[in-house]
Amino acid sequence: MTLIATESLTKVYGGEVTALSDLTVAVEPGIVGLVGANGAGKSTLIKLLLGLLTPTRGRIQVLGLDPTVDTAAVRARVGYMPEHDCLPPDLSAAELVTHLGRISGLPRTIARERASEALRHVGLHEERHRPVGGYSTGMKQRVKLAQALVHDPDLLLLDEPTNGLDPAGRDAMLALVQRIGTEFGISVLVCSHLLGEVERICDTLVAIDGGRLLRADHIAAMTTATDVLAVEVSEGTEALAARLAALDLPVGREGRLLLVPLADQGTYDLILGAVAELDLPLHRLDQRRHRVAELFARRENSHV
Amino acid sequence: MSEPTGVIHDIGYQRYTGPRLGRREVFGALYLHGVRTAFGLGRSAKAKIFPWLVVGIVLMVAAAVTAIRSQIGEVIMTYAQFADAMSWLVIFFVAVAAPELVSRDLRSGVLPLYFSRPLPHADYPLAKLLALVTALFLLLGAPQLLMFLGAAFTADGISGVWDELLDLLPGLLYAGLWAVVFASIGLLVASMTGKRAFAAGGIVAVFLMTTPIVGILSVLPSQAANQLAGIASPPTLVQGVGLWTMHDLLVTESNTADLDLGAFGPVYALVAVALVAGCVALLLARYKKVAAR
Repeated sequence: MTLIATESLTKVYGGEVTALSDLTVAVEPGIVGLVGANGAGKSTLIKLLLGLLTPTRGRIQVLGLDPTVDTAAVRARVGYMPEHDCLPPDLSAAELVTHLGRISGLPRTIARERASEALRHVGLHEERHRPVGGYSTGMKQRVKLAQALVHDPDLLLLDEPTNGLDPAGRDAMLALVQRIGTEFGISVLVCSHLLGEVERICDTLVAIDGGRLLRADHIAAMTTATDVLAVEVSEGTEALAARLAALDLPVGREGRLLLVPLADQGTYDLILGAVAELDLPLHRLDQRRHRVAELFARRENSHV
Repeated sequence: MSEPTGVIHDIGYQRYTGPRLGRREVFGALYLHGVRTAFGLGRSAKAKIFPWLVVGIVLMVAAAVTAIRSQIGEVIMTYAQFADAMSWLVIFFVAVAAPELVSRDLRSGVLPLYFSRPLPHADYPLAKLLALVTALFLLLGAPQLLMFLGAAFTADGISGVWDELLDLLPGLLYAGLWAVVFASIGLLVASMTGKRAFAAGGIVAVFLMTTPIVGILSVLPSQAANQLAGIASPPTLVQGVGLWTMHDLLVTESNTADLDLGAFGPVYALVAVALVAGCVALLLARYKKVAAR
């Protein structure tokens, strides 16, 4: 089943501001990263997915349902974690998540049980009975995640879940999201303006910019093709390049480095063999995993 | 040596396959939560002080009226007059409860958490409104019930109790009218701002600032203006409707109403209905806008 599918999706605010333009994308269940700079249309897409906005043109489907028509059915199966502060400071996390669980349609006692379960899964234990106002940013983010999880959705929409967190907090939050996506069996759409963050945990990556689709693909398809070996020798770089070319390896140059696409483990042996035969002092030989960022680098730079 | 009787396992995440309740139950949960919030239940001790102070005062007044009646047999207040006499307390109660119900949620930004759930956007304000109406009705109705119980126990026979009941029911209806009018105005004002102090001030202002208009209109040389003066302010508007529908219960020898409606009684009723309808429509429009944000 397709998790999210859009077809020529367009959203224009007030007839002037185009937030999304002709977006056609289909993603499979799993952890989906939605990346784009601020103002790229990420939040607009989330609101369309929740049925909070209606598309100006085009169609949108979530879990096989149209959120503009079957709004309640979609929302019953989706959990939403907003980007901004949304927690009343005087309520305890347990009270708030229980209450929101009831608003999602859980019976009273079940809402209470699932609220403490959800809070336990995000790592809040005894402190859940204290007022949220005294929580750290990291704890607040966890409460926001727990309230999205309390009614056991099939899809979580997380808008910038690592916002305001320190590096350790970011890692913990990303690990949690990854656990939800893999162990809990819940699909997750993670929005972020930081590509480096989401690419670590997601299966599928959707990049949008200025309301348009840049690229949507499995993360594996984006990275494996670009793995290269970087070779550096203290001297005889030219000789080695000629030798590798003679071995039918497409050699690229980057300063003092020779870049060789990694076809299989045999590539290592060929390079090491060539270096040994020429008796060159090998300085380094390592695998460079191209980060997805480089795929978008050219386009992103033009907008920074 | 005894065997361990229980072992704690981390059973991991459990999917939920049980029932998911429908719109009516969700509305009920939100409504009940609202009624509790209005009285500060489930809130900090600080939030309980004011509502229960007001509840304490109205119950004490009711107890005093009942006691005097049973001792010297004089009726100081009819059931319907009770709501009129307590009008300022009701206004203050609304000024505290309405911001607690809606302004707090606007301020904390919690609304996206509600509107991303299977809750139609009109249900949120309607549940809050109904909760405030209920709270006000309880505030005015409970003391009347106390007065009734006091009177019923001292009444002669079943017919005396029946007479009392016939007096109580219009009184409760009148309390309901107070509740509906004040709740819809108060909640609309409170829904405009996330600052509770501003909302409370705004609510008191709506009731306070309109009172002088009534005063001015009632001294104008036109009789029609005098008789329509009460429409300008919510408390006198409600009193006007009361006077028109149950004149005998509101006007007694000890308590003559200073409001003269002339033939404009139905106008008061129509304006009251229009006022409530207008407030509810504006409230719904307000939340339609808020929900899409």
